[in-house]
Amino acid sequence: MIKKEMIAMLLAGGQGSRLGVLTSKVAKPAVAFGGKYRIIDFPLSNCINSGIDTVGVLTQYQPLRLNTHIGIGIPWDLDRNVGGVTVLPPYEKSTSSEWYTGTANAIYQNMNYMEMYNPDYVLILSGDHIYKMDYEVMLDFHKENHADVTIATMPVPLEEASRFGIVITDEENRIQEFEEKPAQPRSNLASMGIYIFSWPVLKEALKALSEQPACDFGKHIIPYCHEKKQRLFAYEYNGYWKDVGTLGSYWEANMELIDIIPEFNLYEEYWKIYTNSGILPPHYISDQSAVEKSIIGNGCDIYGEVHSSVISSGVTIGKGSVVRDSIIMKDAVIGDHCVIDKAIIAENVQIGDNVTLGTGSDTPNKMRPDIYGFGLVTIGEDSVIPSDVQIGKNTAISGVTSKEDYINGELASGETLIKVGE
Amino acid sequence: MKAVGIILAGGNSSRMRELTHRRAVAAMPVAGSYRSIDFALSNMSNSHIQKVAVLTQYNARSLNEHLNSSKWWDFGRKQGGLYVFTPTITMENGYWYRGTADAIYQNLDFLKKCHEPYVIITSGDAVYKLDYNKVLEYHIAKKADITVVCKEMDEDADVSRYGTVKMNDSCRIEEFEEKPVLSRSNIISTGIYVIRRRQLIDLIERCAEEGRFDFVQDILIRYKNVKKIYGYKISNYWSNIATVNDYYRTNMDFLKQEVRKYFFKEYPNVYSKVSDLPPAKYNPGACVKNSLIASGCIVNGTVENSVLFKKVFVGNNCVIKNSIILNDVYLGDNTYIENCIVESRDTIRANTRHVGEDGIKVVVEKNERYAM
Repeated sequence: MIKKEMIAMLLAGGQGSRLGVLTSKVAKPAVAFGGKYRIIDFPLSNCINSGIDTVGVLTQYQPLRLNTHIGIGIPWDLDRNVGGVTVLPPYEKSTSSEWYTGTANAIYQNMNYMEMYNPDYVLILSGDHIYKMDYEVMLDFHKENHADVTIATMPVPLEEASRFGIVITDEENRIQEFEEKPAQPRSNLASMGIYIFSWPVLKEALKALSEQPACDFGKHIIPYCHEKKQRLFAYEYNGYWKDVGTLGSYWEANMELIDIIPEFNLYEEYWKIYTNSGILPPHYISDQSAVEKSIIGNGCDIYGEVHSSVISSGVTIGKGSVVRDSIIMKDAVIGDHCVIDKAIIAENVQIGDNVTLGTGSDTPNKMRPDIYGFGLVTIGEDSVIPSDVQIGKNTAISGVTSKEDYINGELASGETLIKVGE
Repeated sequence: MKAVGIILAGGNSSRMRELTHRRAVAAMPVAGSYRSIDFALSNMSNSHIQKVAVLTQYNARSLNEHLNSSKWWDFGRKQGGLYVFTPTITMENGYWYRGTADAIYQNLDFLKKCHEPYVIITSGDAVYKLDYNKVLEYHIAKKADITVVCKEMDEDADVSRYGTVKMNDSCRIEEFEEKPVLSRSNIISTGIYVIRRRQLIDLIERCAEEGRFDFVQDILIRYKNVKKIYGYKISNYWSNIATVNDYYRTNMDFLKQEVRKYFFKEYPNVYSKVSDLPPAKYNPGACVKNSLIASGCIVNGTVENSVLFKKVFVGNNCVIKNSIILNDVYLGDNTYIENCIVESRDTIRANTRHVGEDGIKVVVEKNERYAM
C-alpha cells in the first residue's frame, strides 16, 4: 500500500487581483520573479529541498501558464513513479459541480487525492510568497509537540499586525487564541498561511465543515479545530518571507535582490531554487552598454544602459535606452533610445523607440488608486507600446496600443489604458 | 526513424594544451553555457534521431557527469535512448579503443541490434547546427555508399589539421588527404558521415580482420576508389574547437550578433544540461562591454571582449580583457587577466596578473578555495 509520511497541497488558484494587469492573464503564482523564476518555484523548491516528493497543486484562475510551467515536475525533480507533482483543477462531479469556493473547500474537493497517498501529515501551502523554509524542521516541531495543527508564524512589527491573522500563544508555543486581522492586536506573531495538519484531524474538520460556504483555513478550519480543543501550535520562523501581494511589495522584493549582499540569497549552494526556464544561452552586453546594480537573466541582448533593475531571460534592450529601477520580464523587447524609470514590464511586451516611461508628476491613479500606486508604471503581458510616446507615473497599460490611444503622444500620470483585444 | 547516431567523443588533443588535462575535448565548455558535445547531441535530437551512442575513452569523468541524464536532449525515450560506451575488458578483447574504427568495432553489437537502415557518425568537438535528414536525403538521392559532410574553408585558412577532399562535378570525392602538410584543396571533411548500417558493419569487420583501426585512413581513404563516396557541402557556421586557438576563436565568435542569432534565437534550439543557477548579478563597480555573461556570475569589476562561463565571480577592481573564463572560477580583487583562458573551478588570488603575451595563455592555478 502506498504510504507517504507527509504530502503537500499547494494552493495556486488565486488571481492576486492586487497585482492589477500583471495577473490579468496569469494566476499570481505564475508571475515572474527575480529575473528567472516564477513565484510558485519557491514553495515547490522548498518542498523538494525538504524531502517532500508528493505535491498537489490546486489551480483555478488562468491555469495555462502554471500547467505548462509545472509540466510533469522535471525541474523540481518531482517526476516520480509514486507521488510527484499533480495539478488539481476543479472538476465536475456526478452530484454537483462547483468551483473551488475557498482555500479549505479546494482541499476538501481533493480528498480522494490525499487519501490515495495515505499520509500521516498534510502540509498546506500557498503559492504566493517568496521564502526559503525547511518544512521538515517544522514537521519535527509538530511531532515533538504531539500537535494536531501547527501554524507557521513570524514576528511582524506590531503596527502592521492588524493586516495579518494573529496568534496568541503560551510559553510552550501552544496557541491560546486566534484573531483574523484584529484592530487591536495583542501579539505580533502573524500566521504565514502555512499549516501542518495531522491527517485525521484535517479530514475530520473538512468533513464537518463541508457545508460551510467559501470554507477557508484562516476563517473556518483553524477556529473549528481551536474550538474542539485540538492541540494547535505556533512554529516560529525567523528567515526571509515576503508576501508579494501588491505591486509595491512585488517591486520592492525584486529590488532587494540587487543589494550587494541581499537578505534573500539566491546564490546559496545547498538550498537551490529550481525553475523551468528553458532559455539557456548566456546574455550579451554590448560595447555601448553600462550595467550596474542589476540582475540579468539568460539570453538577453543588452545594447543600452541598465541601472538597479531586474531583467528576466530573453529580454532585448535597444541602443541608447536607459532602464532604471525597473522589472522587465521574459522576452520583452525595448526599442532604441527609450527612458524607463520605475516600471514593471510583463512578459512579451513590445515597446517601440523613443518611449519614455515614468515621467511627470506623481498623480495618484484615477481608476484604482489602491492598486496602481507607488509611482510605478505597470504594463501587462503581450502589450504593445508604439514609438515616440510618453507615459506618466501610477499608470497601467494592457493590450495592443497604437499612437491614436495617446493624446498628443502622452499618457498622463494616473491614467489607465486597458484595451481588451481578442 | 531512419538512422541511429554515433558520436565519437573519445579523444584528447595535445593542441588543447592544459585544457584537456581535465576532460575530453567533447566535454569542453563552449559559448558560456554549453559543452561541445551539446551541439552534436542537439542536432541528433532535432533531426529525430532517437538512438545515439557516444563513444568515449579519454578522461570521461567530466563527460559522464554532463551526460548523467539524457532528458536534457530529449533522449531517454522508450524507443531509442542515449548510450555511453567506454572501453571494457571482455572475453574477446582487452584493448582500449585503438582508433575510431576500432571504437565502433568494439561496440558492433549496438549496430547489429539496431533496425534503422542508416548510421550518422559525427564528432563531439564541433560547434554547428545541421539537420542530418538533409544529408541523409542527399545520400539516398546520390545512391552513395558513404557521404562525407564537407566545408569549404577560407583561402588563407590553415587546413593542415583536417582531412581535405577534392570532388568532381557530381560531388564524388576523388581525393582524400588526411592532415596534409601542403593541401591541394581548401575543402575539408567535417568528420560527419552518413552510411548504411549494413555497409558500415561490413567495412568495420573487414577493417578489424586486417588489423586496421582508423575510420579515415583505413576506410575512407583506402576505399575511395572502390566505394562511392560523396561530399555534402555545408555553408553555415561550423567550427572545430580542438586547438587552443580555434577554441578561443569559436568562443569569441559568439560575441557576434549573427552567430548568437543563428545558435540561440533560430529554431531549432541547442540543448544542454540545466544547472539551476540564479541569473547573473552586477554590483556597483561592474563595467561590462562587448561580453557574454552566463548565469550564476557575480561581477564587481571590468570585463571587456570576454566570455564568462557559469558561476564566475569577478572581484572588485578586476580587469578582464579578451579572455575566456570557464565555469566556477573565482577571481580575487585587483586581478588583471588579458588574452587568457582560465581553467574551470580555478581560484585566482587577489592582485594576480596573467597576460597572454604572444598568443593565448592557458591559466591553470591550483589554489585552494576557502569558503567565504
